[in-house]
Amino acid sequence: MKKSLLLLLSLILATPLFAQGAETNSGIWTNPGVLITITLILLPLLVAVYLVAVKVNHIATRIKNSKTRNDASQLAQSLQKLNLEEMSDDLAKRKQAIEFELNNSELAGEILPADKKGLLHNIAEVNSPRFLASKKKAVKRPDIDPSLTRLILWYIGTATFWLVLGTSVGEYLGIKFVAPDVDHVSWLSFGRLRPVHTNMVFWGWSSLAMIGLGYYVVSTVSNTVVASLKRGWYALYLINASVVLGSISLMAGINNGGGEYREYIWPIMLLFAIGIIITLINYLQTVARRKTKEIYISNWYIIAATMFTIVIALVGYLPFWQNGLGESIAQGYYMHQGVGMWFMLFNLGLIYYFLPQQLNTPIYSYSLGILAFWTQILFYTLIGTHHFIFSAIPWWLQTTAIIGSMGMLVPVFAGTTNFLMTFRGNFNKIGSSYTLPFYLVGIIFYFTGSFQGTAEAFRSANLYWHFTDFTTAHSHITMYGIIAFMLWAFIYTLVPRLTGKEPRQGWVGAHFWMALIGLLFYSIPLMIGGTLKGMAWMEGKPFIDSVVLMAPYWLWRAIGGSLMWASHLIFAYNLYYMITSHEEIDLQKAVFEELNKLPANTSNQ
Amino acid sequence: MDIYNNHKRLFGVAIILFIVLTMFAAILPALNSQNNNAPLPGSHALNADEVAGKGIFIREGCIACHTQQVRNVDMDKMWGTRPSIAADYARNIRTDIWRNTANLMGSERTGPDLMNIGNRQPSQDWHLLHLYNPRSVVEQSIMPAYSWLFEVKDYPYPGDIVLHVPDQFRKGVTGQIVATREALQLVAYLKSFKQYKLPDGKPTPIFLYGKTLSKAEPAGTTSKLNTELDGAALYAANCQSCHQENGEGLKGAFPPLKGSSIVLDKDPKVQLTVIMKGYNGRASEGYGIMPAVGTNNNLKPEEILAIINHERSSWGNNSRKITLTEIKELFNQIKSGPIAK
Repeated sequence: MKKSLLLLLSLILATPLFAQGAETNSGIWTNPGVLITITLILLPLLVAVYLVAVKVNHIATRIKNSKTRNDASQLAQSLQKLNLEEMSDDLAKRKQAIEFELNNSELAGEILPADKKGLLHNIAEVNSPRFLASKKKAVKRPDIDPSLTRLILWYIGTATFWLVLGTSVGEYLGIKFVAPDVDHVSWLSFGRLRPVHTNMVFWGWSSLAMIGLGYYVVSTVSNTVVASLKRGWYALYLINASVVLGSISLMAGINNGGGEYREYIWPIMLLFAIGIIITLINYLQTVARRKTKEIYISNWYIIAATMFTIVIALVGYLPFWQNGLGESIAQGYYMHQGVGMWFMLFNLGLIYYFLPQQLNTPIYSYSLGILAFWTQILFYTLIGTHHFIFSAIPWWLQTTAIIGSMGMLVPVFAGTTNFLMTFRGNFNKIGSSYTLPFYLVGIIFYFTGSFQGTAEAFRSANLYWHFTDFTTAHSHITMYGIIAFMLWAFIYTLVPRLTGKEPRQGWVGAHFWMALIGLLFYSIPLMIGGTLKGMAWMEGKPFIDSVVLMAPYWLWRAIGGSLMWASHLIFAYNLYYMITSHEEIDLQKAVFEELNKLPANTSNQ
Repeated sequence: MDIYNNHKRLFGVAIILFIVLTMFAAILPALNSQNNNAPLPGSHALNADEVAGKGIFIREGCIACHTQQVRNVDMDKMWGTRPSIAADYARNIRTDIWRNTANLMGSERTGPDLMNIGNRQPSQDWHLLHLYNPRSVVEQSIMPAYSWLFEVKDYPYPGDIVLHVPDQFRKGVTGQIVATREALQLVAYLKSFKQYKLPDGKPTPIFLYGKTLSKAEPAGTTSKLNTELDGAALYAANCQSCHQENGEGLKGAFPPLKGSSIVLDKDPKVQLTVIMKGYNGRASEGYGIMPAVGTNNNLKPEEILAIINHERSSWGNNSRKITLTEIKELFNQIKSGPIAK
C-alpha cells in the first residue's frame, strides 16, 4: 500500500512540473543537455560529500575508542580492589539466570490438541518460504447445476474476450494521440475505432459479464432454478452477434449517426435489444417462481436495470422525437441512462449479493438499499441533459439535470455507507483475501466517481471541464474503476465456486495492482491536463496551444493504458486457469480413492 | 409492506415511475423542441454534394473530436458570432431509414468547434491539404490524415483538383495527388457550416461569464499589458493555419508574409483591406483565395492592429509600427467605403 501511495504521490508531483516545463517553453528543465550537465556537476559534489562524511566518521570513531580505553582501565583498577569470594558467588547466580529456559509446556500442558467440535477449516500449512502472502481459499459451496455453470462460464468467457479485444483497440487509440500518423488505414482511423472501443467494452465486456453473473444471483437469492437455460443461450448468441456485426460495420464506416453508445445501426442494436428482452423474461419468471416470500434487494436492482434498459433503447432508437435538437435531448438521456441505469444499477444488484457473501456478514442496512433504489430512479432519470450544459437545449432542462445530479448524492451516499458499514469489522479480512481488494476499490470509486459526476455538472465547474479530457478520465474512473473492478470481484468470487478451481494468487495480485496503478496513471494526468486545457480556453489562448499542452498528459495516459491492458491479459489467463481442467490432485479425494483400492474396503461395498 | 413481497407490484411501480420521469425529462422536451422549430431565414437546405459530404462526415466519425455548438459562455466567442440556438439545428433530420438523425453537438472538443467553420475557414485549398495530412498545414495537429479521400495520378484530368502537398508529406508518392469526389463533397459540407444572423426583433442570446475588467486599477493609469494585445496569439488563432508560424506560407498554396510587399508597405491600407475584405490578386500564381478573415471572425480594430504589427515585426520583417488611431480611421473607411484595391 505504502509503495503504491508513494508512486501515486510522485506521479502527482511530477506531472505538473513536467507540464510547466512544456508550457512555459523555457526548455531549461527539460533540455537533455542541461539535465546531463546538472548530473555531471552533481556527481563530483556527491563524491566530495561522501568523502567528508567518511572523514568525519573516522574522527568520531577515534574519539570514541580513546574514551572506551579510558573506561576500561578505570574498571580494571576498581576490580582489583574487590573481594574475590563475594564476586564468584554473584557470578554463579548470574550464570544460572542466563541459562534459564522454559520447557514449552507451561501453558499448553502435556495433553495433545483435538478439534472435538469440528471448528477448524481451511487450515493453511506453510511448507515453502513465503514470497507472496498466501490468501484464503474459496469456501466450498453446495454444488451447482453443471448446465447453469456452463452457461455462466460462456457469458464470462465471451465477455473476457471482448474485454481484451476492446481494450486493445482502446490502447491503440491512446497511442494515436501521441503518434497520429501511426497508420493511414481508413478502417483503423480514430473516428471509426473510437466507437468500436466504447461499444465493445460496453455491450461485449460489461453487459455479457453482468448478465452471466445475474443468472447466478437471480436464481440463488430466489432459492430456485433459472426458468429457462435455453433462453439464456439465445441471448448469449444474440448479444455476441450484435457486437461482432456492430464492430465490423463501424470500422467499415456504417454508423447510426455519431451519438455516443448508439453508434450501432438499429438492425444490429435490435439483436442486442432482443437479447435483453429474453433475459428480462427469464429473470422475471425466475423471480416469480421464487421459494422465498420477499424479493431480495439484489433482484430489485437487477430486474429494474433490465426493464429500464429496454425503455432506454426505445427512447434512443425510435425516430419520432429525434429531429433537430430533439436528437440531442434524446442522446443526453440515452447515453447517461445507459451507464447509470444499466451498468450501475445492475452492478449494485450484484454487489448486494456478493459483498455480504464474501464478507460472511449480513448487509448493514436493508433500508438504505431501498432508499438508494428509489432515489436513484427519481434523480438519475433527470440528469441526461447535463452533457449539454450551455448548449441550445432549453435552460430549464439543463437546470433540472443539474439538480438531478445533486440529488444523486443521496443514493451514492446511501450506497457507499451501506457497503462500507458492511465492511466494518471485516477490514482485517482484506489482507487475507484475493477478492476483497477488488470490492473495496470498486466501492471507493463508486463514491469518488459518482461524486465527481455531480461536481462536473455544476455550471461553474462545467466551464472548465466540459469538452476536455477530464470527461474521458471521469468515464474511465466510473466504467473501469467501478464497473470493471466490481465485475472482476464477482468473477473471482463466483468462478471458483462453479468450477472448484482457484486462480493462482500471485497472478490475481498482479492483475489487481496493474489495473489499479494503470487506472491512476491514466486518469490523474488526464484530469490535470483537462483542467489546464479548460483554463487555456478560458484565457482565450489559440486552440492549438491546448493541443500542445496536452501532449505529456496523453503520453501518461498511454502508459497507464498499457498497464491496464496488460492486466487484462493476466485476467484472461486467470480465468482460463480457473476453467480448464489442469486438475491438482486433491489430497482428500486421493486418499479415498486409495482406500477404495484396498481389498478390505472393496469387499465391504 | 406488501409491495416488497409482490414482484408484479414492485416492478410495476418502478417501471411506471421510470417511464413518467422519462416522459418529463426526455420525450416531451424532445418532441417540443422538434415541433416548435424552424430553420433561420437565409439558411439553405443542403445540396446534393453537401448531403453526400454529411454522409462522409458521419462515416468517418468526425463527431468524436469536433463539436458543433457555440455555447453561451465567453470562452466560446472564438467559435462563432453568437451562441447557437435551436433553430441552427432545425435542418438536421433523420439521415435515412437505417440511420438516426446525426449527432452534431458532440461532447468532446479534441479539435476545434465547427459550428461556423464555413465562415472561419472558407478556403477549399486549405481544407483539402488539411484533410490529406493535417500536419502539412498545422504542424502540431493530432488529427488523423484522411489520405483515402485522395488518389494519386500520373496525369490528372483537366477538371481535377491537384494538391500542392509539401515534400515531407508526400514521401513515397510519385505523381500528382488529386482530390476525389468524396473529398470535395466533404469540404463542400464543411463549408456549409455557417452561422446566420437572427431575424430582426429576435433577441440574440448573450455570452455569459465574460472577463471582468480589473476594477481595482486606479483611473487614468492604463497599464500597457491590458491595452496591448498579444499579436502572436491572435496571429496563431486567425492566420497561422495558412501563413504558418514562420510566416513563410506554403509553397503553391498560401503566399508568404515574410518579405511580402503588402506587409512591408508603410501605408497599412492594403494590408488592412486584405484582412477585412479578402484577396484574390495572386490566384494566377497558384495561390488560394484569401477569405475576409477580419470580417468573418469579427475582429476588433485593436485585435487587427496587434496582428498587423506582429506581421510587420516578425520573421525579419522590419516595417513601421502602426498606431491605433490610424487603424481606427482606416477601419471605418473600409467598412463603409468601396474596396480599395
